[in-house]
Amino acid sequence: MVTILIDGLTYASWLFIVALGLTLVFGVLKILNIAHGSFYALGAYAAASFVSWAAAMKLAPGMTLVAMLLAAVVVAALIAPLTERGLLRFFYGRDEVLLVLVTYAMFLILEDVTKLVWGATPYYVSEPYSLFGSVDIGTQTYVVYDFVLVIMALLVGGLVWWWLNRTRQGKITLAVIHNAEIASSMGVNVSKIYMLAFSIGVFLAAIGGALTAPMISVQPGISVGVIIVSFAVVIIGGLGSIEGAAAGALIVGMARSMAVHLAPVAELFSVYMVMAVILMFRPEGLFQPNKARKI
Amino acid sequence: MALVSFVTSPGHSGTTFQSHGKAVLSATLIGTLLVLAGLGMPKWLTFLLTVAAANGLVSLGIVVLMRSGVVSFGQGLVFAAGGYAAALVFNKVGFHDLIGLAFLGGLIACLIAVPFAPLLSRYRGIFFAMLTLALSMVAYGLLMKLEMLGGSDGFNLGRPTLLGWNLPDQQVGYIVYTVTILIATLMALGVHIYFQSSRGLLMLAVRENELRVEYLGGSVRSVVIFNFAIAAFCGGLGGALAALALGHIEPNFSYWTTSGEFVFVAILGGWQSVISVFLASTIVELVRSFSSSYFPNSWQLALGIFLLVVIRFLPRGIGALWVKEGTR
Repeated sequence: MVTILIDGLTYASWLFIVALGLTLVFGVLKILNIAHGSFYALGAYAAASFVSWAAAMKLAPGMTLVAMLLAAVVVAALIAPLTERGLLRFFYGRDEVLLVLVTYAMFLILEDVTKLVWGATPYYVSEPYSLFGSVDIGTQTYVVYDFVLVIMALLVGGLVWWWLNRTRQGKITLAVIHNAEIASSMGVNVSKIYMLAFSIGVFLAAIGGALTAPMISVQPGISVGVIIVSFAVVIIGGLGSIEGAAAGALIVGMARSMAVHLAPVAELFSVYMVMAVILMFRPEGLFQPNKARKI
Repeated sequence: MALVSFVTSPGHSGTTFQSHGKAVLSATLIGTLLVLAGLGMPKWLTFLLTVAAANGLVSLGIVVLMRSGVVSFGQGLVFAAGGYAAALVFNKVGFHDLIGLAFLGGLIACLIAVPFAPLLSRYRGIFFAMLTLALSMVAYGLLMKLEMLGGSDGFNLGRPTLLGWNLPDQQVGYIVYTVTILIATLMALGVHIYFQSSRGLLMLAVRENELRVEYLGGSVRSVVIFNFAIAAFCGGLGGALAALALGHIEPNFSYWTTSGEFVFVAILGGWQSVISVFLASTIVELVRSFSSSYFPNSWQLALGIFLLVVIRFLPRGIGALWVKEGTR
C-alpha cells in the first residue's frame, strides 16, 4: 500500500514537471505541443551526456546534479528559439488541430535528429540516482532520489506559480493568456511573451527528462510514452491550468501505480480509462471554467 | 425543413443530377484506367497502390469528419477494428472471401465505434481529437496484452479467395489490387455524392458555424454522429483491406502515429475533393517507400519536413490546386 503511494507520488512528480510545461505552452501560445515529448527526450539525452562528461572529468558526485540542470538549460536555450522563432511563429492563429499537426511534424523530425546525434543504443546514467542513498520505510527500502524528485516537483510548481501570480512579467503573461490581442493593444510585446513562455515550457520538459534520465535507460521511443501520458494529464486537469496539471499528475500517477502493482495488464489502459471517465463528467477537464460559445 | 432549402440554394439543386452523372462517369473512367494500368505495373507498385488505396479509405473517413468541422486523431481504432475483425473471421470462422471480409471489417468497425459517437459528438477541436486518440490508445493497450489476439506480435493470415475462386500464386497481388481499387472508387463516389446531398451541405454549415445551424433547426449532433459512423465504416474497410493485402495484423494498426499519418494524408489531400485524398495517400506511400530505402534512418525526418512544407504552403491541401474556393 505504501509502495503504491510512493511509486505513484514519484511518477506524479516528474509527470507534473513535464505536464506543467505542456499546459503553460498551451495556455499562452494555444498550441498542444506533441514535440514536448521530444524536448523531454532531448533533456534526458543531454543529461546523459553531461553527467558522463562530469564523471569523466572526475568532478565531485554532487556536480552531476548541476550537470543535469545545465543540460536542461542548454536544451531550452538552443531548441526554444530555434523552434519558436524559426518555425512555430509562421503558424500562429491557424486552426488548433492544424497546429497539433505542425508539432507532430516537429516531433517526427526531432525523433530522427536525436537518433542521428545519440545513436540508437541506450544510455545508462545511474550515478545521480544513488547519490542520496536509500532509506527503509517499514519492510521496504526506498531510494532517496525518488523523494528528491517530489521536492523538485513542488519547487518547480511553486516557482512557476510564483512567477505567474507574483511578478510583473508573470502578470503580463496572464494577460496574454487571457487575450493576446487586447494585451498587445495595451502595449505588451506579445511575441516576446510567447518566446518566454515557450522557452520555459521547453526547459520544463528538458528538466523533467534530465531528472528521470538516471531512473530509466535513455533510448529512442521514450518521447512517445511521455507525450501520451502527459496529454492525458493536462486534459484531465483542464488545458492551461497549473492546479489542473498537479491534480491530473496525481490522479494519473496513482492510477498508473495502482495498475502496475495490482493489474499490470492494464498499465496504459488505466491512464486513459481515468481520462475518459473524468471527461464524461467534466468535459473541459477538472479546472477549466466554462466558456461562452461564440456566435 | 427550412434549413435544407436554405442550404441547397436553387441554383445548386438544378445541377445535382448532372454533376452526379459526371462524377459517376469520371469514377468509372479512373477505376477502369487504374485496373488496366495495374496489368503493366511491377509488383512493388501494385502493392504500394493497394496499401495507398486502403489507407486512403481511412483518410477519406477523416475528410468526411473534417467537413463537419472535427478531426479524429484516433482513426487507428477503426483501422485496427476492421483489420482484426477480418483477420479473426478469416482464421477462426474460415470465411475467406476478399470482398465479404472487407465489408465485414467496415461493418464491425462501425459497430465498435458508434456507441462512442454520442459522447464524442459533444466535443470539438482539440478535445475531439484527443478523446479519439485516447480511445485508440486504449484499444492499442488492450490488443498488446490480449494473448488471444497474438499480443504485441499480432498474427498472420492466409490468402483470401474471391467469390469462391482460389486465387493463383501469380495473380494474387493484382487481384487484391483490383478489388481494393474498385472498392475505393466506389466509396469515393459514394462519399462524393453524399457531399452534394442536403446533409452534405449541412455539414459545411456546421463547419462554418454550429450555433447558427442549430438556430435554423438543424441538428449538429446528428450530423457529427452520422459522419463519425461513416468515417468508422471507411476506416474499417481500409483496415480490413490493408490486413488482407499485408497478410498480417498487429496492434500498431491502432497506434497513435498510425492515426497521425491518416490525419496527415487527410490534410495533405484537403477536404474539398475526394480524389485528392487518394492522391495524397499515394504520395505519402511513395515518399515513405523511397525515403525508407534511400535514407533508412531518417524517413521520419523526411516525412516531417514534407508535412511542414505542405501545411505552410498548401494549407487547404492539394485538392485546393483544382477546386476553387468559390465553388463550394
